Amino acid sequence: MASPYRFIGKTTPRKDARELVTGRAKFLDDRKFPDMLHGKVLRSPHPHALIKSVSKSEALKLPGVRAVLTWEDVPDWKGGTPRCCRVLDRKVRYVGDAVALVAADTEESAKEALRLIKVEYEVLPAVFDMEEALKPGAPELYEDFPGNVVTPGVPFFGPKNLKEVVIGDVEKGFAEADVITEGTFGYENMPNPIPPEPPGVIALWEAPDSVTLWVSNQASYMDSVILSHVMEKNIHVRTIGGPCGGSFGSKYMSWQVQCYAALLSRATGKPVKLVLTKEEHLAAFTLRPGSRMSARVGMKKDGTVTAVQGTWLIDTGYYSMTTQSQVAVGCGEVQIMVKCPNWDLRPVIVCTNRSASGIVRGFGGQELKCCLIPLLSLAMEKAGVDPLEFMKKNFVKPGRGYFWRDGIWYTYRGVDYTKAMEKGAEVFGWKEKWKGWLKPTAVDGPKRRGIGVGVHGNADIGEDSSEAYVRLHPDGTAILFSCITEHGTGQVTNYIRMVAEVLQLPMERISITPSDSLINPYEFGPAGSRGTYAIGSAVIAAAEDARRRLLELVAPRLKARPEDLDTADGVVYRKDDPRMKVPWKAMAVDRTITGYGRFDPDYSLTNCMMTFIEVEVDTETGKVALTRVVNATDIGQIIDPPGLENQLNGCLGSAGIDSAIFEEMVLDRSIGRMMNANMIDYKWRTFSELPVIKNVVLETPFPSHRFHAVGIGEIATSPGPSALLMAVSNALGVWLHEYPVTPERVLKVLGKTGSGKGGAA
Amino acid sequence: MVVRTQKYTRKRARETDRISLTVNGQVCTMEVGTAPHQIDPAHTLAYTLRETLGLTGTKVSCDHGACGSCTILIDGKAALSCMTLTVECEGKRITTIEGLGDPGTGALDPLQQAFVDHTAFQCGFCTPGMIMSAKALLGENPSPTEEEVKEGLSGNFCRCISHYHVVKAVLAASCKGR
Repeated sequence: MASPYRFIGKTTPRKDARELVTGRAKFLDDRKFPDMLHGKVLRSPHPHALIKSVSKSEALKLPGVRAVLTWEDVPDWKGGTPRCCRVLDRKVRYVGDAVALVAADTEESAKEALRLIKVEYEVLPAVFDMEEALKPGAPELYEDFPGNVVTPGVPFFGPKNLKEVVIGDVEKGFAEADVITEGTFGYENMPNPIPPEPPGVIALWEAPDSVTLWVSNQASYMDSVILSHVMEKNIHVRTIGGPCGGSFGSKYMSWQVQCYAALLSRATGKPVKLVLTKEEHLAAFTLRPGSRMSARVGMKKDGTVTAVQGTWLIDTGYYSMTTQSQVAVGCGEVQIMVKCPNWDLRPVIVCTNRSASGIVRGFGGQELKCCLIPLLSLAMEKAGVDPLEFMKKNFVKPGRGYFWRDGIWYTYRGVDYTKAMEKGAEVFGWKEKWKGWLKPTAVDGPKRRGIGVGVHGNADIGEDSSEAYVRLHPDGTAILFSCITEHGTGQVTNYIRMVAEVLQLPMERISITPSDSLINPYEFGPAGSRGTYAIGSAVIAAAEDARRRLLELVAPRLKARPEDLDTADGVVYRKDDPRMKVPWKAMAVDRTITGYGRFDPDYSLTNCMMTFIEVEVDTETGKVALTRVVNATDIGQIIDPPGLENQLNGCLGSAGIDSAIFEEMVLDRSIGRMMNANMIDYKWRTFSELPVIKNVVLETPFPSHRFHAVGIGEIATSPGPSALLMAVSNALGVWLHEYPVTPERVLKVLGKTGSGKGGAA
Repeated sequence: MVVRTQKYTRKRARETDRISLTVNGQVCTMEVGTAPHQIDPAHTLAYTLRETLGLTGTKVSCDHGACGSCTILIDGKAALSCMTLTVECEGKRITTIEGLGDPGTGALDPLQQAFVDHTAFQCGFCTPGMIMSAKALLGENPSPTEEEVKEGLSGNFCRCISHYHVVKAVLAASCKGR
């Protein structure tokens, strides 16, 4: 069938393509201002200590040093949920915690000054493991969190915000089960999203109470909202975004780095640039929350889940701004994946003396399911259920529902994903390759092949609010006002594409404003998977509103009613007689027309991705080679074919499948220090080890917006890690339950090595 | 976590020391020394390109020789500018991303055009380094196989996973592809 669209679903060069390939795109660190100072952070060598004294006089004597700030010099700005983490505190809570801030004329002087600051610490006992932290008498990080249990709940999500999944009667559910399995499973190897561009900011304070920040984040409008909360709402914060060199969730929340630069600018009256080094980025910026679940599931022989009961421990590190939100979304997502009438799943959020937990794509659901799917797999093995059939049966269908993050029940009204799952299985060859649980697909000498499957879906495609304006000009051009930063998905171009389709105006004639919080309306940003549905809806509504106003305005000129008119290529014409037409200039040369669009949250749709994985495990070396990946999804309508392909291929990195094979931050639990905070010791996939990836995309129209699309968003990484674990277990014929499956762990389960712990455990 | 510099104990370089290198076809002669306007012997080529010459197309990510973001050409061969000292580049011919294509007409290098046509980037931060590595590869081997392209780019970190499109773009820009 021919596409009804002129722009939607068409491959066009990205608007920023030329800038990117010529090196002219100005990323944050490429910006320079006159008189700009450079900021640096002195960081704690101790995982837990009180600062007894700080002597900064030597540092201040160094030529070029303009300010040295410690906890005594700064206002009581706090972040965290609940707000517990002071921007600089008298207490340090992890190796890398900020002790002092320096601004100097050059980066070198700032670094030299750090060396001259003398700090006297009273070292305190530290705790690095969640269960240790919960024991009576464990060192406590905060007075406000007795026993290191962090207060649950996210007030922003509403009065009933989801803190647990408690539904039905689990005892009754277990009584109905044919098989019951239990155990403790973790996904706590702290894979690091490491976008290539480190977190950074340039801040300019204007006395008495205004600050402008140039940011390179995922959601530049929200930076201003978050900072005004941290700064106790008495500071005017303006944020100006630019190209974002990767984020994967992590750079959504950079309030600390931003506050450091703001404080140094406040102290010096000059613009201050502060960009983290890669070592700081790896060891002193946010990581994925640790996740560990001790639970029991009941299942019938047909794959019906009758009960899930357990405790889910989540490690925030020394603090987190978002863990409660991740718990809420994870608790919602698990109900999308597993149909079960009886739940008693209780999260406990724990703080420990390591770097903070923050946002990483997969947002709670990936963390939870990477623990739950291995447990469900044990039950499936006992019940003799094929995991593909289990996932098809259990994934949400139209008419079924779930409690979402606000604690409200939503009935799913989207398409049935079974067709996409079956198509993916067919392309992968699941039926031919599946030999049963713990059975390899093929054995060739020491090499054994195995397969696995995972699934993920998320109702956050419709989370939070977005607003946009579209302004039409008499010369037949338009500007989209949207506080959107391009962080890699190509969505900035796609919003222009949506405006182009509504106005039937070539994309070259449409531009977008800088992502400046001063000029643009509210925008939650491309978080979760909300880009296509939520942001897209606001943009479409703004374009439609502008179009309506234009037609109303010129209708008398064409002696017609607005509904009898249409517009294309900057001309308004009568549908009954296209020769009756006027150019947009008919609006008057001294006029513009502005349309406004808004999206309000809608949690009744979810996206879905199923990932099939084949691995080859070398039983002599323990190496796991990822040989083939098939991703299957239905996204309603493809907006941007190459952008979609890129997004789906992203299943490997930024803490996706590779977090199950080799990606991990290694914390030395005797001293609290990250042992691999550089890009040689932190392992990442290179070009020479790319698996074959095949992406299967269906386009069943969704009841979303006028283009019937839902997108894929963040979830490309999420089904992979547990599928990988499943594939390796099947290849070897023995369960592996620890991420990542390093050669040491493989050899250990094969009985070929003694004590190999392999990694962070 | 603090990188200590030896700046203040280092012997001051003679003020008459100069260094000359060709950057994107232009000869740059700069003084060597420790004053703010001079090339400090500790400065990396990445620093000189970005901070002294304003050529910010070269990106620094790990600053540690691991990720390939800062790749430039020295006499036509790919090199990591974060691991090269500027003072080592006397008489060398340096090409950065700004040196590709035709600055007069704005025409892109065929390799850059292939990256545009194949959307061979997502966030784009690693793209200049990726293109320079590919440029060096095609300089040495104008008709590489897919495996040779992958090997040639194996030192370049891309976190968005644009690898598949990059390989297609490089093959399209090779003699075989044109």
